[in-house]
Amino acid sequence: MADELTTRSALQLRDLVAHGEVSAEEVARAHLERVAATDDQLKAFVTVTDDAALAHARDIDRRRAAEEPVGALAGVPLALKDVLCTKGVRTTCGSRILQTYRPPYDAGVVERLRDADVVVLGKANCDEFAMGSSCENSAFFPTRNPWDLDRVPGGSSGGSVAAVAGFQAPLGVGTDTGGSIRQPAALCGLVGVKPTYGAVSRYGLIAFASSLDQAGPIARSVTDAAHLLAAIAGPDPRDSTSIPKPLPDVLAGLDDGVSGLRIGVVAEFMAEGMSDGVRAMVEASVERLAGLGAEIVEVSLPHAGYGLAAYYLIAPSEASSNLSRYDGVRYGLRVDGATTEAMMAATREAGFGSEVKRRIMIGTYALSAGYYDAYYAQAQRVRTLIARDFAAAFETCDVLVGPTSPTVAFPLGELTADPLAMYANDVYAVPASLAGLPAMSLPVGLGEAGMPVGFQIMAPLLRDDLMLRAARALEAEVGFDAMPRGPNALAGAAI
Amino acid sequence: MSLSSEDVRHVARLARLDLSDEEVEALRPQLSDILAYAEQVGEVATADVPPTAHPYGLRNVYREDVPVDPLPHEEAMSTAPAAEDGRFRVPRIVGPDVTGEDG
Repeated sequence: MADELTTRSALQLRDLVAHGEVSAEEVARAHLERVAATDDQLKAFVTVTDDAALAHARDIDRRRAAEEPVGALAGVPLALKDVLCTKGVRTTCGSRILQTYRPPYDAGVVERLRDADVVVLGKANCDEFAMGSSCENSAFFPTRNPWDLDRVPGGSSGGSVAAVAGFQAPLGVGTDTGGSIRQPAALCGLVGVKPTYGAVSRYGLIAFASSLDQAGPIARSVTDAAHLLAAIAGPDPRDSTSIPKPLPDVLAGLDDGVSGLRIGVVAEFMAEGMSDGVRAMVEASVERLAGLGAEIVEVSLPHAGYGLAAYYLIAPSEASSNLSRYDGVRYGLRVDGATTEAMMAATREAGFGSEVKRRIMIGTYALSAGYYDAYYAQAQRVRTLIARDFAAAFETCDVLVGPTSPTVAFPLGELTADPLAMYANDVYAVPASLAGLPAMSLPVGLGEAGMPVGFQIMAPLLRDDLMLRAARALEAEVGFDAMPRGPNALAGAAI
Repeated sequence: MSLSSEDVRHVARLARLDLSDEEVEALRPQLSDILAYAEQVGEVATADVPPTAHPYGLRNVYREDVPVDPLPHEEAMSTAPAAEDGRFRVPRIVGPDVTGEDG
């Protein structure tokens, strides 16, 4: 059985360990062997924490043997995006400026994962400081798409997603600021969930855009994703933006179906811009939902078209402020200079990559004297308009649906020279981000070049449960096979 | 929206980025294009619309006023590129000659 443990779902592994059919150590070893066998091709991990993973797994086995308590997902392996702080374990954010940074504390999410006895296999690659839609902005190497190794996995959580899609781990944690969980999940045929803003602690999540950043689950099924969300969600007093009450139970009604739900198709998302292959799968998914007994209505988000413009002011503005902390003084890289200002400027010039510099420059400009009202303040007003649009739509609908990403995964290098074209990947993802709403992607079929297509579901604030329930019903109807296939796919799922 | 090279250098100075000439020239049209695209927010955002900072509307959040153990000083300092006597060490910031040697 050991060589095919990597093909199992998170819940199957949890149950196998719970029933004593395999040890947590065997599960961890199988996945670490799969990482060792495939990561030269996939490049999903920046740091593999073999020893810590095996030690944790053995401790789970010891506690089980001693009939001591274990967590809700005991023994299930996970790929953790390298923007979440892990005490004593290198946390790079995909950046040269943090290449050797070892945080002195664990992120809130990491504590919750340990409470659940999820076994973290290592730190997954990402676009530098989570800025990007292809994982090509990592300072170290680009991650590959398991469905076609010459295509991008999407980003910024490309490493976590590639690890799960490549059967290196059944679960991943990513972060989503303007689509960074949903878009790569769509491009790699996975379920990716951006929870309600404030539902999952941002403590120890290295900040990109604080009013948008949210960690969330990546999995090969809706059920696995829901269980991971249940494990990591909840108030954290160390995060002042954490919602001070628990997320409604996302597991209880998961299999209740969509019969009687009113599902809104966002007209602006369907108007233009997506590829024919994506459109065909999205339209087929809407028909499937209707066939399952949902009432389908067309809704309008009149200001959604301004979402991308607002996002590309708000996110860089907050980034320029957040990233001012990388000054060569307290942690990270230092490049010497004659004065403190020269030292800081030389450190930041050497430590940041081109996309991060571009966004710091946009944000610094937008926040500089005389421009704040024209840019950042206006963008925050657009945010209000978009949130009002959603609120009006949810007066007549339970959830909203549309595409996740306008295209399937694109070849490496195709968009790197054109920042605005790369940003357009986020066009369907950012409206829900700006409104703080839960939103997710699930795979609904294959589009151009046999690459996966994602379908987006959005729900009202704190109704992550309703979103997952609709996704679960559609998933069962679609029957998507998460095994990468095609002439240039990563081989197999077993070791 | 068209930025000059001087505009780009001014913003780089504010951002503490020691950009090369090549970077300045590459960024100039890119920033101009991105800002021109972003300016469309001004088409719909009118003064009577309040700005949104937190989607859930949280205001100040207070914790219970009970003491907790902070991160130990040595651990907080352990990541510093340069430290001395429990303090972060940087080149001289104030004084008659800020271009001189490490102070």
